[in-house]
Amino acid sequence: MTYTMWIILTASLVGLSCGLIGVYLILKKQAMMADAISHTVLLGIVLAYMVTQQLSGTAMLVGGIFAGILTAFLVQSLNNLKVQHDASLGIVFTTLFAIGVILISTSVGNVHLDVQHALMGEITFVPFTTMDIPLIGSVPKATAILALVLIVVIFFIIAFYKEWKITSFDPALAASIGIPVIFFHYLFMTLVSVTTVASFDAVGAILVVAMLITPAAAAYLWTDKLILMLFLSGGFGIISAVAGYWVATWLNTSISGSMALMTGCIFFITFLLSPKHGLISRWVRPAEVREEA
Amino acid sequence: MTSSVIRVDDLSASYQKNKVLNDVSFEVKEGTITAIVGPNGAGKSTLIKTMLGLHPKLTGNVRFWGSPFKTAKKKIGYVPQRGSVDWDFPTDALDVVTMGLYGKIGWFRLPSKKDKEKAMNALKKMGMEAYAHRQISQLSGGQQQRVFLARALAQDAELYFMDEPLAGVDASTEKAIMTILKELKSNGKTVLVVHHDLQTVPEYFDHVLFLNKTVYAHGQTEEVFTTDNIARTYGGDMQWVGKGDQYVIQSSSH
Repeated sequence: MTYTMWIILTASLVGLSCGLIGVYLILKKQAMMADAISHTVLLGIVLAYMVTQQLSGTAMLVGGIFAGILTAFLVQSLNNLKVQHDASLGIVFTTLFAIGVILISTSVGNVHLDVQHALMGEITFVPFTTMDIPLIGSVPKATAILALVLIVVIFFIIAFYKEWKITSFDPALAASIGIPVIFFHYLFMTLVSVTTVASFDAVGAILVVAMLITPAAAAYLWTDKLILMLFLSGGFGIISAVAGYWVATWLNTSISGSMALMTGCIFFITFLLSPKHGLISRWVRPAEVREEA
Repeated sequence: MTSSVIRVDDLSASYQKNKVLNDVSFEVKEGTITAIVGPNGAGKSTLIKTMLGLHPKLTGNVRFWGSPFKTAKKKIGYVPQRGSVDWDFPTDALDVVTMGLYGKIGWFRLPSKKDKEKAMNALKKMGMEAYAHRQISQLSGGQQQRVFLARALAQDAELYFMDEPLAGVDASTEKAIMTILKELKSNGKTVLVVHHDLQTVPEYFDHVLFLNKTVYAHGQTEEVFTTDNIARTYGGDMQWVGKGDQYVIQSSSH
């Protein structure tokens, strides 16, 4: 595989896994949780480095999971103490992120781990760090980890398809018929964390939020079926990733920035054209009379 | 034979630092339909949620057929308030009803054809089969409430908790829901309904529980549904007008 192909494959893996996870972030109305976790995983990664003294993929994933769950737990705890949900989110993630930033500059200064890299990512470096996988051969490390995370994400989405649906739509009913809602909440936060950590190298903390939220938000406007929403969102993620790469090469600019821009473009097109909620269909069709709940 | 389905002893719970339930104790017999009535903020919804373990209790004990909720939950159906879910969720009416069966389907399995048929039958009972594949946001408020009721019917429970099922629904939905409640009762099921409309209590319910943080009165409707109990439960700033068996409650502050 060529250098370009590896980058496009890596970016597509980011787009697909973020697109799938994003669907549930949108449906659970926890889009900003992605923003929080994408920042706090930095702390997890720094802590993992301080413990293991190396930047291995596994340690980063474990650190990220720890940070993600810690974030979800602290937000919930503050919220239980009567701090508003959005305020708790803002307090927790800025604080944990700040600790991460301070630790980077004081404790791990001599490693290839800097704030710029963590925030923006650098997908062009991905093909340079490879690992050998039996039968397949030499594969960029970040790509291998992303592929693994994608498999994990797809496995959990399929295995607990009906549980995700009911805990997203009606958590009270789910709890009353014996589905462990809290367990699924933290399992979901774990999946958000691993997806974020794995996407870190490629698109960085800030732009992973765009990949998590925007394709899913666009897919939400196109369909009334959950399964279609998952396919559309994953597809939008891949299209944004690939198109973003080409735009970046064409304009000679930031790849992750271009990918995020593409998610925005897809959303904008959706906003104009979507059959139910689009601006154009609203002009063409008279407004429906709908009873608000 | 009538035996105790629910036994609540000294139940207390708080909501945002305010104690909303205080030493609530009562028993419910099998095959009865009970209205839970009380002013806004009386803890009616909290009572149901606390009994079902959806809200933490401070003290007290709740037993269903003598067992804790955990072992009894398969026999209990719950209809949350219509406003508690997002009706823009990408799913259709049949799918929402099928969700009532998720607890029985088990892990790692999708609903079978049989489950879908069960859900469809429940929709039919509520007169909603024509809307089975309609996206839920395109249903009217009354139709959404019927879908929620159908979901509870599909659960095929022995005991039902319903949180304001008649709030803001049209007359035909109210009639359909009451027909189903009567049918449940004649099949020996037990139903507890949070209810806001005092005028319809004597017509719809055979038992009534007056709640305002604690139980003010509880028993057969003809015995306890008195102007005196209403006035005590709703407090001094309420005026009531009784006309035969009709009661109109007005808050003097409105």
